[in-house]
Amino acid sequence: MRGKLLKFALPCVAFLALIAAGCGGSDTSSSGTGTSGTETGGGGGGTLVFASSADPVALDGILVSDGESSRVIEQIFETLVDLKPGTTEVEPGLAESWEASSDGTAWTFHLRQGVKFSDGTDFNADAVCFNFDRWYNFKGSFQNPSATYYWQTIFGGFSTYNPKSGAPKESLYKSCEATDANTAVITLTKPSASFIAGLTLTPFSIGSPKALQEFKADEGSVDADGIFHPTGTYATEHPTGTGPFMFESWSRGDKLVLVRNPNYWGASSDNPTAFNGTGASLDQLIFRPIADNAARLQALQTGEINGYDLVEPQDIPTIQENTDLQILDRPAFNVGYVGFNISMPPLDNPKVRQAIAYGLDRQGVVDSFYAGRGEVAKEFMPPSLFGYADDVPEYTYDPEKSKQLLQEAGLTLPVTIDFWYPTDVSRPYMPDPKRNFEAFSASLEKAGFKVVPHSAPWSPDYLGKSDEGQLQVYLLGWTGDFGDPDDFIGVFFQSPQKQWGTDTNDQMKAVQDILDQAEQETDEAKRTELYQEANRQIMTILPGVPYAHNKPAIAFQANVSGYVPSPVDLQSFATVSVG
Amino acid sequence: MLRFVVRRLLLLIPILIGVSILVFFWIRALPGGPAAALLGERATPEAVAAIEHQYGLDQPIYVQYGKYVKQLATLQFGNSSVSRQPVTTEFRQRFPATIELAFAAGLFAVVFGIPLGFFAAKRYQGVVDHTSLVVSLIGISTPIFFLALILKYVFSVRLGWLPSVGRMSVLIDVPHPTNFYLLDAILARNWTAFVDVSKHLILPAIALGSIPLAIIARITRASVLDVQNEDYVRRAVDFHHVLRNAMLPISTIIGLQVGLLLSGAVLTETVFAFPGIGSWLVDAIKARNYPVIQGGVLFVAIIVVFVNLLVDLSYGVLNPRIRLSK
Repeated sequence: MRGKLLKFALPCVAFLALIAAGCGGSDTSSSGTGTSGTETGGGGGGTLVFASSADPVALDGILVSDGESSRVIEQIFETLVDLKPGTTEVEPGLAESWEASSDGTAWTFHLRQGVKFSDGTDFNADAVCFNFDRWYNFKGSFQNPSATYYWQTIFGGFSTYNPKSGAPKESLYKSCEATDANTAVITLTKPSASFIAGLTLTPFSIGSPKALQEFKADEGSVDADGIFHPTGTYATEHPTGTGPFMFESWSRGDKLVLVRNPNYWGASSDNPTAFNGTGASLDQLIFRPIADNAARLQALQTGEINGYDLVEPQDIPTIQENTDLQILDRPAFNVGYVGFNISMPPLDNPKVRQAIAYGLDRQGVVDSFYAGRGEVAKEFMPPSLFGYADDVPEYTYDPEKSKQLLQEAGLTLPVTIDFWYPTDVSRPYMPDPKRNFEAFSASLEKAGFKVVPHSAPWSPDYLGKSDEGQLQVYLLGWTGDFGDPDDFIGVFFQSPQKQWGTDTNDQMKAVQDILDQAEQETDEAKRTELYQEANRQIMTILPGVPYAHNKPAIAFQANVSGYVPSPVDLQSFATVSVG
Repeated sequence: MLRFVVRRLLLLIPILIGVSILVFFWIRALPGGPAAALLGERATPEAVAAIEHQYGLDQPIYVQYGKYVKQLATLQFGNSSVSRQPVTTEFRQRFPATIELAFAAGLFAVVFGIPLGFFAAKRYQGVVDHTSLVVSLIGISTPIFFLALILKYVFSVRLGWLPSVGRMSVLIDVPHPTNFYLLDAILARNWTAFVDVSKHLILPAIALGSIPLAIIARITRASVLDVQNEDYVRRAVDFHHVLRNAMLPISTIIGLQVGLLLSGAVLTETVFAFPGIGSWLVDAIKARNYPVIQGGVLFVAIIVVFVNLLVDLSYGVLNPRIRLSK
């Protein structure tokens, strides 16, 4: 019997020893396995391998809205206006300067000269108008929101209106005219100042008209399922822009390879602002899709990749402790909030809403569940954005005040509310919804409320319910796309949305009017004031209580430099070098 | 024999009809559709309605099913709602990866499993026998993704011996005429590439092959023990004779295992970022990519049926005493 036991024990012990050996000790990254992407140092040349979470959908900017397509398109193409790296400030891009006509409808763009597309054709005003007109004239399934989301967000409709397409009827865009080789005039149907910030988005990248036509960018058929299948190869094999990198090859599921554009006019890490044509620092930029987050982290630790985005909060300390790796902060451009449906009693009473605001321990939640990277939000947009008001009404945690307000409202304590949170999700502004919910619940119960908890899976249930206005009190949030308050409070409050209540018109009318006005105001200073006033009013009416802004994290190997994280996730690799 | 094969092939038809019905209705029973997945937080009710209308998802389910059957009858599998590429093209691109992985895993399981089982039986109740028991139990009970993570952690991150993701280093360039990376490397006479691809196969093959290894080892052991005890074999107990007779149940199990290996390797491919059909289908389900799920599952069903047919045919080869009759 003893002999048999030993014979069992031996292999068991051996296995456990193997596990222990593997897991023990401090976590230091091993050197590259020979498949490492780190190459020659000195700032010139080299290859960088970046892990994306998925393949891009396609490399034709106007037809996609996913972040991974945008990440690659940003390297190959350019837009008329750019963002100052790391900020949401607009600066010249392919257009050196621009001005609006006195009525704010005709915008004249003075274009950079001597710029060429990577196929050798000239970038000029004709090319700009070719692109804009192409987008405006989209028909059929191109008009579907899943195809041209950003055109519709910024400009609205198209030249032909199809009620079934989902696209709006009206369009902000009227026409584009090339008054000379380097001047393009874009005329709008009504004054708008927010569209300039929108033009920084990758969907408005300018592509080579020759390539667009030669590789049949607009050709394709809609199959029996209604899915558009492009038959041209522009978006998958020949995306042609003016940017610091050029497309070389793409093998789905495996890798997408970009190479340096030797004829690029713009910056390099040696000389960031000069028109010197030396181009990007890297020779080669490779994107490889790795869907699983743990796999991305391990690939960074082994050196198989040089960097990745969307670092999970729990991995940040692991990466920070490793001297071979680094974490970069993306400036907070999101907001997490507790939303209200102000048509559902008792939330239709402003005092009740204020009571909830005073009853949320926002500082506690931000301190505990944001890994030291969050800050308490006091309005519905981040501090880095113009139009942010420092003097909005604030609601620091005060349970006694809550109870007082509820009694003033004539209600008996505790007041019951239905509080919703999503499951199966982690968002940049809300890494762990359940824990936020539990902490908020606890603080509200001390403030005279009785919380009835509800939850639903994020997509599509939770999102669907909030869209339909079925949630009374709910956790939600938003990440901004472009550097304009229109993309935050404009999206939330400019037109009535069911999530805030079906009769928001009455209570929110004043806010809607200010936002309408601000959207069209072309004077920067006046616009800023209008948005600040809007923020003050919003935080007085309290359609919800914003509580957090969070900084997402990007991870790189320690020898990668020059990457400037952008609040709106538009980063160029042109200034990046390895080693 | 021929009648047997033809009959089995004809059986494919009701099997595929059944599978297509199940898949079609199951995925539509999942909450949400492609609209929410495509648009995320930016989905307004109008945008969702427009997408559902475009994809015909707002029609009654029997209408949708009728359209689907018509498409299948004309062998139209549609396009992916995410990448907009034809489903058949994507399948063709990704399937070789899974075949290579399944082959490597199966090879691992058989090359180590059969000898392990054989020697466990020969040295019945010895150290080898008990070791193989423990190894089998660990192999079967450890969740694949956990085993995969441990393998990656030990051999990639800590020891740096093997790569942790993908099929090949992104820094090596080799043309891919067949998309079987080992074959492509041979055709290009690129020895570095061949070694690199093999290295990328090792850990996923071990992870994926762990369960088949365990099962094959145990079955081999039991089968060999059985045969050993039969009178006619007692006098000539050697590898070749014993094994030949033990192969029947072993080959059945191998056949079933191969079917399982081919049918996705879902967890392994996800953890190792291996671009095969397992990870393809997982991504498709998350995105409610109906055409890909429907087409992909159907193709996998066809493959599993074929493999099982081959296994049955192999009985006749391995043991002439068994005649494949009606």
